[in-house]
Amino acid sequence: MNTPRVVITGLGAISPLGLTVKEMWEGLSAGRCGISNITAFGTTNFPCQFAGEVPDFKPQQYVPKSYRKAVKLMCRDIQLAIGAAKEAVQSSGLITKGIDENNINIDPTRMAIDLGAGLISCELVELGPAIAKSITDGKFDIRKWGKEGLEAVTPLWLLKYLPNMLACHIGIIHDIQGPSNTITCAEAAAHIAIGEAGRIIQRRWTDVALAGGAEAKVNPIVMLRQCLIKRARTENHTPPESACRPFDADAKGSVFGEGAGIIVLENLKYAQNRGAKIYAELVGVGESNNINPVYEHLEPDGKGLQIAIEKALAEAQITPEDLDLIIPHGLGIPADDLAEARAIQTVLGQAAAKISTWPTKSMLSTTGAASGALDVIAAVCAMEEGKIPAAKNCENKAAGCELNITGKPQQKDIRYALCCSYTYGGQTAALVLKKLDGQTNE
Amino acid sequence: MNERVVITGMGIVCPLGHTVEEVWGKMIAGESGTAKTTIFDASTFPTTFSAEVKNYDFTKYVKNPALHKHSNRGSSFAIGATAQACRQAGIDVETQKPADGIARDRLGIYLGAGEGSVDNIAFFGALVEAWNDQTGQMDWARWSREALATMKPMRELEQESNMPAAHIALLTGARGPTRSCLTACAASTQAIGEATMIIHRGDADVMIAGGAHSMIHPLGLTGFNRLTALSTRNESPQTASRPFSISRDGFVLGEGAAILILESLSFAKKRDASILAEIIGYGSSSDAFRVTDMHEEARGAIQAMEAALADANISYREVDYINTHGTSTMENDSIETKAIKAVLREVSKKIPASSVKSMLGHLIGAAGAAELISCVLAIRDNIIPPTINLQEPDPQLDLDYVPNRARKARVDIAMSESFGFGGQNNVVIIKRF
Repeated sequence: MNTPRVVITGLGAISPLGLTVKEMWEGLSAGRCGISNITAFGTTNFPCQFAGEVPDFKPQQYVPKSYRKAVKLMCRDIQLAIGAAKEAVQSSGLITKGIDENNINIDPTRMAIDLGAGLISCELVELGPAIAKSITDGKFDIRKWGKEGLEAVTPLWLLKYLPNMLACHIGIIHDIQGPSNTITCAEAAAHIAIGEAGRIIQRRWTDVALAGGAEAKVNPIVMLRQCLIKRARTENHTPPESACRPFDADAKGSVFGEGAGIIVLENLKYAQNRGAKIYAELVGVGESNNINPVYEHLEPDGKGLQIAIEKALAEAQITPEDLDLIIPHGLGIPADDLAEARAIQTVLGQAAAKISTWPTKSMLSTTGAASGALDVIAAVCAMEEGKIPAAKNCENKAAGCELNITGKPQQKDIRYALCCSYTYGGQTAALVLKKLDGQTNE
Repeated sequence: MNERVVITGMGIVCPLGHTVEEVWGKMIAGESGTAKTTIFDASTFPTTFSAEVKNYDFTKYVKNPALHKHSNRGSSFAIGATAQACRQAGIDVETQKPADGIARDRLGIYLGAGEGSVDNIAFFGALVEAWNDQTGQMDWARWSREALATMKPMRELEQESNMPAAHIALLTGARGPTRSCLTACAASTQAIGEATMIIHRGDADVMIAGGAHSMIHPLGLTGFNRLTALSTRNESPQTASRPFSISRDGFVLGEGAAILILESLSFAKKRDASILAEIIGYGSSSDAFRVTDMHEEARGAIQAMEAALADANISYREVDYINTHGTSTMENDSIETKAIKAVLREVSKKIPASSVKSMLGHLIGAAGAAELISCVLAIRDNIIPPTINLQEPDPQLDLDYVPNRARKARVDIAMSESFGFGGQNNVVIIKRF
């Protein structure tokens, strides 16, 4: 038996540019920026002032009535994920328990879920009443916390913040009984999860998988962590929309945000049999590791990312010239962007200067475990529309960056797209997507 | 493609000791690793004890400890366990020029690993500073000032769940597929299962797989105590973990790391590695039921066990030993027993099914890997580790849990089960090679 081909049949995105894939794509196409001043918490004394916040999000509307009581057990990461999952399932034409329990058209044991999730911080405010009961002489007193403080923490508190709960709640809502995994490789998590979900389909353990990632990084401790390790932009004398500048000579750090991107992956045959719309095929997955004693950054020559890209191209059986679009990780952190540019340039050689490279984080911000999935969705939209939007905030490329980044939109037939990611801690991943054009015979 | 996958190295740092043989010796002797919690002052918590890793110093395992000086507990355990496993498997560590014949882009990592503890003094200190109990609000300006003054960059970074994998990469130079997952208590079994699949597909020759985790920190203990998931048998910590006993009252929080070296059979043969066991089956499912409870009829657990048997292409009658999830909670032990009966049918009461959590405590993300190591040793020595503290059996639970004493018995095929909070079920089956 041949290894099944894996295709994308559904898309769901909640991003700083809006609550749907359409809003995200329209925003990206128009060069709109989802980054603004932080509103989620007071920022006096806070080192960074900007974030990519999701606008007007109401979690209840994404949760079936029978499950709405559970919303209080969901941190924002989970809520965002549930929203994107609903859109993805709906757009795929699959009818799960969570869409319409009277007309289910898929075997729940033939569905899997594989999501990237972040290191979720609790809502600090939630601990306030417990903290108030745990103070002696103005200082935190662990002995009081163990007794009175602890009692003031809501009983199911822990469950709200476990990273696997994104996949668990979605699994309960849509009745997904196959494998469920949660990848915790920070900013590389979504690509790794999508890659793994593809493998699970290839080995026929499932016909359909929800894959992607979600993270709500606009939390004071999560954002402060990025400031402390010098990844976040803390120079705030600039309009927020020009703050995140991937590969630009004037880049001064990344801007963090929140979002969720979930796609429906499917065995090609299964998708054809049910007459599903097929957006693209996942034809290459590459993974590797960055070896750097300064492990909050990519190694200077980008070798770990280079290996991942090489593996992805090899599996896709294409040469660099076959690529029409690259969506890089592109953070707006000078050292990391340079290392990434070197990795891409090493693999692509002379083709690097020709193939359009389109960073998205200047508009979407760095949404952690969601970012790779939002990029895959953006790549699929670009394929659908035959269009690469203008890159934003890269007016003067940084020295050493020879990538083809342009501030002008282009009409282009995109056959192959490459998405790259890496993370502090070292994991790297690259995915190659292929447009099918109706040529779907195995 | 479809390479057979074998185990060629093992390492462990856990509450029973810091080497495989030390830990195994204590398991056979039926010792408990549980005692009063010392990592922080837990004396007023509902649970005052835990299964801590004791007297551990990761610097003994590495030549260049400075590279790992910021590692948190979980990562430091991972470093020691990986160094041991690599030594046994003949994988060179801490060198730019490995002479072990393993190409680094064919050497991957897959860990079930959890978050590091928050920096307690800084974390709680900033909250004390900023919380206004009259208004019920946080003064963010004060919080920011205090947090900025007290939080340390690397201490914060090291809380990320992918850090144990980062340290293993630095130690070994691994450039193959590298993933970290966290499906609660099922994570490292899932990591080992998926790592096996990576080798099956031919995407790596060798995988460093397992788990590392410590939730013995104030917020972890708070969370589990609020869920009433932990034993509160404070007067007798060593007997608190009592899976399948009528008087069981929750699990015992543990910590540690367990690492196995997996490789394709052809590669192991080529480099003449000594083979400890073969991984023949992996099954994975989810309950899709409730985030708070397991499925009442054990639907997901049964599905994962049957999938693993099918993957192994063996009959349930061929299983010689089941290493249970056996947490010592009322719910898990009943439902797991139900699942074993459903899958093993007429032989279910004859097949020994013990819980080493009775001795180790619950290593959460690292639990499955530690337990799989005990399965490998059970096959090696034909000894089944016991379920200790099983003086008062639950009359509803009538399997052979190997109560209190290790047992000599031929073990060729062992099944290791892990079920995570939220309903992820993972099962791995290994076989004598």
